[in-house]
Amino acid sequence: MITIPYLTALSTYFSYGLLFAFGQFRDFFRKIFDWWQASNLQGYAPICLGLEDFYIRRLYLRIQDCFGRPIASAPDAWFDVVERYSNDNNKTLKRTEKISRCLNLGSYNYLGFAAADEYCTPRVIDSLNRFSASTCSTRVDGGTTTLHKELEECVANFVGKPAAVVFGMGYVTNSAILPVIIGKGGLIISDSLNHNSIVNGARGSGATIRVFQHNTPPHLEKVLREHIAEGQPRTHRPWKKIIVVVEGIYSMEGEICKLPEIVAICKKYKAYVYLDEAHSIGAVGKTGRGVCELLGVDTADVDIMMGTFTKSFGSCGGYIAGSKELIQYLKYTCPAHLYATSISPPAAQQIISSIKVILGEDGSSRGAQKLAKIRENSNFFRSELQKMGFEVLGDNDSPVMPIMLYNPAKIPAFSRECLKQNVAVVTVAFPATPLLLARARICISASHSKEDLLKALEVISQVGDMVGIKYFPAEPVKQLQHQHQQPGKDTIKSE
Amino acid sequence: MELAALNLVNATLNWVTSALDAPSARAVVFGVHIGGHLFVEVLLLVVILFLLSQKSYKPPKRPLTKKEIDELCDEWVPESLIPSITQEMLSEPPVLESAAGPHTVINGKEVVNFASANYLGFVGHEKLLESCTSALEKYGVGSCGPRGFYGTIDVHLDCEARIAKFLGTHDSILYSYGLSTMFSAIPCFCKKGDIVVVDEGVHWGIQNGLYLSRSTIIYFKHNDMESLEKTLEKITSENQRAKKLRRYIVVEAVYQNSGQIAPLDKIIRLKEKYRFRVLLDETNSFGVLGHTGRGLTEYCGVPIEKIDIVTAAMGHALATEGGFCTGSARVIDHQRLSSSGYVFSASLPPYLASAAITAIDVLEENPDLTLKLKENIAILWKGLSDIQGLSIASNPESPIVFLVLEKSTGSVKGDLQLLEDISDRALKQESIYVVASKRSTLDRCPLPVGIRLFVSAAHSEPDLLKACESLKRVAAAMLR
Repeated sequence: MITIPYLTALSTYFSYGLLFAFGQFRDFFRKIFDWWQASNLQGYAPICLGLEDFYIRRLYLRIQDCFGRPIASAPDAWFDVVERYSNDNNKTLKRTEKISRCLNLGSYNYLGFAAADEYCTPRVIDSLNRFSASTCSTRVDGGTTTLHKELEECVANFVGKPAAVVFGMGYVTNSAILPVIIGKGGLIISDSLNHNSIVNGARGSGATIRVFQHNTPPHLEKVLREHIAEGQPRTHRPWKKIIVVVEGIYSMEGEICKLPEIVAICKKYKAYVYLDEAHSIGAVGKTGRGVCELLGVDTADVDIMMGTFTKSFGSCGGYIAGSKELIQYLKYTCPAHLYATSISPPAAQQIISSIKVILGEDGSSRGAQKLAKIRENSNFFRSELQKMGFEVLGDNDSPVMPIMLYNPAKIPAFSRECLKQNVAVVTVAFPATPLLLARARICISASHSKEDLLKALEVISQVGDMVGIKYFPAEPVKQLQHQHQQPGKDTIKSE
Repeated sequence: MELAALNLVNATLNWVTSALDAPSARAVVFGVHIGGHLFVEVLLLVVILFLLSQKSYKPPKRPLTKKEIDELCDEWVPESLIPSITQEMLSEPPVLESAAGPHTVINGKEVVNFASANYLGFVGHEKLLESCTSALEKYGVGSCGPRGFYGTIDVHLDCEARIAKFLGTHDSILYSYGLSTMFSAIPCFCKKGDIVVVDEGVHWGIQNGLYLSRSTIIYFKHNDMESLEKTLEKITSENQRAKKLRRYIVVEAVYQNSGQIAPLDKIIRLKEKYRFRVLLDETNSFGVLGHTGRGLTEYCGVPIEKIDIVTAAMGHALATEGGFCTGSARVIDHQRLSSSGYVFSASLPPYLASAAITAIDVLEENPDLTLKLKENIAILWKGLSDIQGLSIASNPESPIVFLVLEKSTGSVKGDLQLLEDISDRALKQESIYVVASKRSTLDRCPLPVGIRLFVSAAHSEPDLLKACESLKRVAAAMLR
């Protein structure tokens, strides 16, 4: 858990208070100004009411240039960031033709499949020529090709479940599956920091939703016991079914979920487990099979496994893996399967080829090398940052590492200074994180070389000093290095 | 006996009277005459105060003990995760072995394909394949990030600008999936308390978006303008607080569930009269209606500024994936930060965005593609107008030709079974691939199911005539 130093919390509240006060002032003047000028809405209610987009207009627009930066090349380890300028104080940003080559610490490119790959790309272009860019139809109406069937088998094998079904987008997978398997009269217990797609899917299902403290199995047990004993709200009838939704790696914290304990509790209380492996599939585990492999959980104990292909496989889409009956039922009822266009064939081929590379079935050992590299890189980077005195979150082995910033002024400072030195980082603030806990999030990739990481460390250390985010004392630099250098210098001088 | 009792009573009375008449009873304290009745009243007051100060009886709270909770948890038996699998759930769709163009290969046999919404015939077009190949070599396949965090590639910005230029609007925004376009755009603008009037035949994406938005939803009869007018009249007369309440009409240009075309000019007249905003879904009309393919607004002669929000999925006429939304600058800018399907999801793969740009370029250079499509639809209409047992329920200009059963079997399931048998037979015996429209259990659309034919500009005349003949044969055989 994050414990904020008292002084930092105070100064952060003060900064936000100041920004809020300024914002209200400007809104007040704008109201007077608008009252003078006639409005041109002609009797319609305004499409956005005053306070709804206050945060956007007064706080977000000031630092808009730190977000949504366009790039002009593949999101590989080094990429070209397009420079933008603004004439009206960041309200609108215009593109220029100039680009700057930067080190990419922000894209989800865990295994390095983002750019053109020697094994995958020729096969992808082949499948493009054979099946064209899209099938223009839904899966049940002529959108299922032999590629799709092969892909589903491949994914089911890789994940370790009997069958799988693939959709064209990860967000839609969550939003369209939860309403199908649970409805009114059911209970969904989800982790407090779950992703927006899970929250949307849970709301769309009509079931009762309860939240348990982030990654705390004892609290989950308490919530389960309470709710099973009480039954449905107001009628006290027993629940129809209970589903517990957790994620493999939480993208804003970098933490790995405590899966063995959660699965044990769910087995004891007969609840179903839904695991969302968006960030962990392909990135953790000895052979890249995700959190279950890393923590030694049997895949048969997790009822529904969901994941996306955007992060480790360099493609797009999402999948659900489970028992044969579950997948057959989903294919019959799920709206995303019946009404949405099927996944694009070249994207499907990219997934099949990248899974083959990871498993080593392409005849080389690139897959094993990539997996070892990302583990090495993440652990090295995290330990170096911690030695320098930064507050880094997340567990060992997880390729996502957030660095705490806290103060709203440090967000644009960190982002802009790093960009000046050609390092591109991602900074996240409210509403994706709690108000006080703004952070910069680093995503390590297997295509980062050692020199890249050292350069990144140097730049981050410099900027960290300038901005003042080294909240912990740095470890002292070893004295031995100085002693070793001294004799060398003497010998040169004597000659 | 009675005498003794009487004496006792008399004695008690005398004693009481004397007590009341005692000298103290007639004392004067502070100038107030104290009568004997004062004692009784003081006594009564004391009794009342005593009763009031007593705690009222509450049954004691007994929270469940640990043992009781354990018992309840052991007793509870959940339902199984999914209901048992029935026979119809086991059917698998036919698997294509080549691209989903006008002709495709199923099970080694070549069939004429009427199941892909490839309206302009762009599947397999060389220009599209060329631009996709160069994009794949430059950018790889995926974009590896959401739009806010280095997932914005210059092709996305170019594509948005191209679409806005083509349609004549100010700006547009790209979504990474066709289905998510509508169900992310609607909750962005319709919040709790707003009023939305929507056609009852809209597809599931719109229904889900409306459910997530928690606004008040009122359905009107499918494509019936009088029903719409009545509903609007009722709403405006009931609700006078128009200042803060936002009101929307949601319609599709060409309905996916029935093939009808919405009469846009009438809707615009009603909208201006009652002051509602219009949300139009142009998935099946973009690239199809209007003499340059600009959609329903061109077809009905309505300037596009009058429609507040236009959305479309690109998986139909443009033969790529994804969707877009276009409108005024305020509408688009608001979605860039509050639309959940845009902010929290990875962006569209760059090769699909470049395919979209190429498709619009080709469409603009060859506007006669839409003419060819119209001719094909006319041929199919003529051929199928006298088919036995089925009738055409869609508009003569819509690219989706929708056949419904003239005599229903009585239940939706029975109808669906019959229609699937017909399409199965057409595929196996006549090599014509048509599909029956499927319904999910979550879909609330009340329209009848039917057989759908998606006409493409790439179909040749022999193909269409063959399709008509074959369907007539199959219908005659199965629907006597």
